[in-house]
Amino acid sequence: MAGVTHVQTTINGEQVNFLCEPRQSLLECLRDVLGLTGTKEGCNDGNCGACTVILDGRIVDSCLVLGVEVQGREITTIEGIASPEGLHPLQQCFLEHAALQCGICTPGFIVAAKGLLDSEKDVDEHRVREWLAGNLCRCTGYDKIVRAVLDASERMKQAG
Amino acid sequence: MEWIDYVAPTTVGEAVSLMASKGDRAKVIAGGTDILVMLRGRRRSADVLVDVKEIPELNEVSYDPQNGLVLGAAVPCYRIYQNQDVAAAYPGLIDAASLIGGIQIQGRASIGGNLCNAAPSGDSIPPVIVLGGVCNIAGPDGTRQVPAEDFCTAPGQNVLKAGEILVSISLPAPQANSGAKYLRFIPRNEMDIAVAGVGSSVLLDEGGQNFVSARIALASVAPTPVLASEAGESLVGKPVSEEAVQEASEKAQAAASPISDMRGTVRQRTHLVGVLTRRTLNQAIQRARGEE
Repeated sequence: MAGVTHVQTTINGEQVNFLCEPRQSLLECLRDVLGLTGTKEGCNDGNCGACTVILDGRIVDSCLVLGVEVQGREITTIEGIASPEGLHPLQQCFLEHAALQCGICTPGFIVAAKGLLDSEKDVDEHRVREWLAGNLCRCTGYDKIVRAVLDASERMKQAG
Repeated sequence: MEWIDYVAPTTVGEAVSLMASKGDRAKVIAGGTDILVMLRGRRRSADVLVDVKEIPELNEVSYDPQNGLVLGAAVPCYRIYQNQDVAAAYPGLIDAASLIGGIQIQGRASIGGNLCNAAPSGDSIPPVIVLGGVCNIAGPDGTRQVPAEDFCTAPGQNVLKAGEILVSISLPAPQANSGAKYLRFIPRNEMDIAVAGVGSSVLLDEGGQNFVSARIALASVAPTPVLASEAGESLVGKPVSEEAVQEASEKAQAAASPISDMRGTVRQRTHLVGVLTRRTLNQAIQRARGEE
């Protein structure tokens, strides 16, 4: 029986080394091994999207990825969304539109929405709702979240 | 989750020998969207996870208009619908690839995994069946091919024997004047398991007025996804008409053997098979005529 595995990967632009057991999910590695607790655990079975991260440009539920699978890959978590200059337009718009209450789902929504706005410039309400179907929120009721994402999309377009 | 080892072989041969040496204590992981949940919930148990995503044959998406599609068993849904050639040639497959789970799940989950998981509700299985899909299997005794309609044998069970893995799925090239459609019923808009699902494919004559052949397959209304052979065969040689579609939908209902559970009753599911068969046939006809 093998012991822990050494994994080298890139998280939020920085090369990271960590040790994990093969059974540990990427979510557990981020939170418990690396202390990146911005990524939240909700259902832990791929239904709620609270643990969404960007893996090689695609959004995934980090609870359904093993830590050992991310050797040599690139990951963006909520901690990598803001820049040293300030909040990302998505974060700013979530604040301005009051698109969060308890906040547990928020990192997942923001990371998932970033995955959309990184790849698609022109999004409408239908596309945003479809894209975010894998993220659950129990308090805000989605409308404010959708409005925040649409507003962020506009601001990002204007900023070029 | 119990302690488990992890290996990521880079060749089919290596994966097969690992699977053969560990027997049922080895489980394949592709997208992980089913197996990790089941291991965590102790509904499956294994000593080693064999990650097949490093094997080139399982990652292949190759389409050519003469030979059709070879779809690696571990290719995630998004790579299927983002491939413009594949999306144009097999819209009936895209219907399913773009509605399984949410975007996060589509970033990982594969059609091969959907087949191997063998859930009665596997959304991608009816379209693969009606498109004439063939499962390419590798094992200790070499390779073999199994038609998609014969791959799933019971809930959570498939034809794979000890040491065998699903390598890819082959779909024949789409013929002129053919079309396919998959639809499911769920009480939400997204992210749910089908109460009932139906895939239909049709081949029409040159004028688009008569059925040459048709296939209809059902999900969530039997222990496995099923090919409703008599329903499809009832259309052969008939003019395209509401009556013919109605008759096929009744035969599809007769091929269903649903149960009542938390998602729906026998009566609702039987009704849905009729509605979805008519809708998918009509939309497959439109696609065959180039009207969509």
